[in-house]
Amino acid sequence: MANKLALIASKGTLDWAYPPFILATAAASMGWETGVFFTFYGLPLLKKDLKATVSPAGNPAMPMKMPFGPEGFQNINWPIPNLITNNIPGFENVATSLMKQTFKNKGVASIEELREAAVDMDVKLIACQMTMDVFGFKKEEFIDEANVAGAAAFLEFASDANVSLFV
Amino acid sequence: MSELKIVKKLDTSGMLCPMPVVKTAKAIKEMQVGEIIEMISTDAGSMPDMKAWANQTKHELLESHDEGKSFRFLIKKTH
Repeated sequence: MANKLALIASKGTLDWAYPPFILATAAASMGWETGVFFTFYGLPLLKKDLKATVSPAGNPAMPMKMPFGPEGFQNINWPIPNLITNNIPGFENVATSLMKQTFKNKGVASIEELREAAVDMDVKLIACQMTMDVFGFKKEEFIDEANVAGAAAFLEFASDANVSLFV
Repeated sequence: MSELKIVKKLDTSGMLCPMPVVKTAKAIKEMQVGEIIEMISTDAGSMPDMKAWANQTKHELLESHDEGKSFRFLIKKTH
């Protein structure tokens, strides 16, 4: 029997947006039936206008890398104190653009590209109705491929999945 | 000695996981059964990944070569 993957994407920052989309596209590439339930902070990953950012605040192990200059320079892990990362206005924007550029330089696909690939390969993208109600999101804000449903619908999909992961 | 007729070449140089696998899956969809694709990758994880991909999809991984900085795979579409 073919394998089947059921994922829950519960986090919406740029760094945590990657695991569900990478796993979903890899699984779909292997012919697995794949579905992702986007809930809580993961739900905005289905918005037409993707705005995922990353913050060093709360991510004490996050390496801070510069996406330019010679390789040795790029590999330096900059020890930026919490006092700066947490208190300088706009530091989150800086960290986000540095991470996006580093990913791009290394050949990592953008979240937009991975999401497009997932749609192409018929990955089932399920938007959590309850989260929509709580945060006031409208169906029109999401990509057309998003299917709005609740916990029971996802669990039914996941009930015969032989791989299920919570991200 | 059988000669392998490669009908398609796919260069994923510079791309990291999961793109070599994603691109290979997409390319093989557009081929006919029995045809062979050559895939080049610089992703250091592509050797185990392509083996797993072939196992899972049941397409035939005819050859896989570690050429130092890049990897070369020959895959036959089986279904």
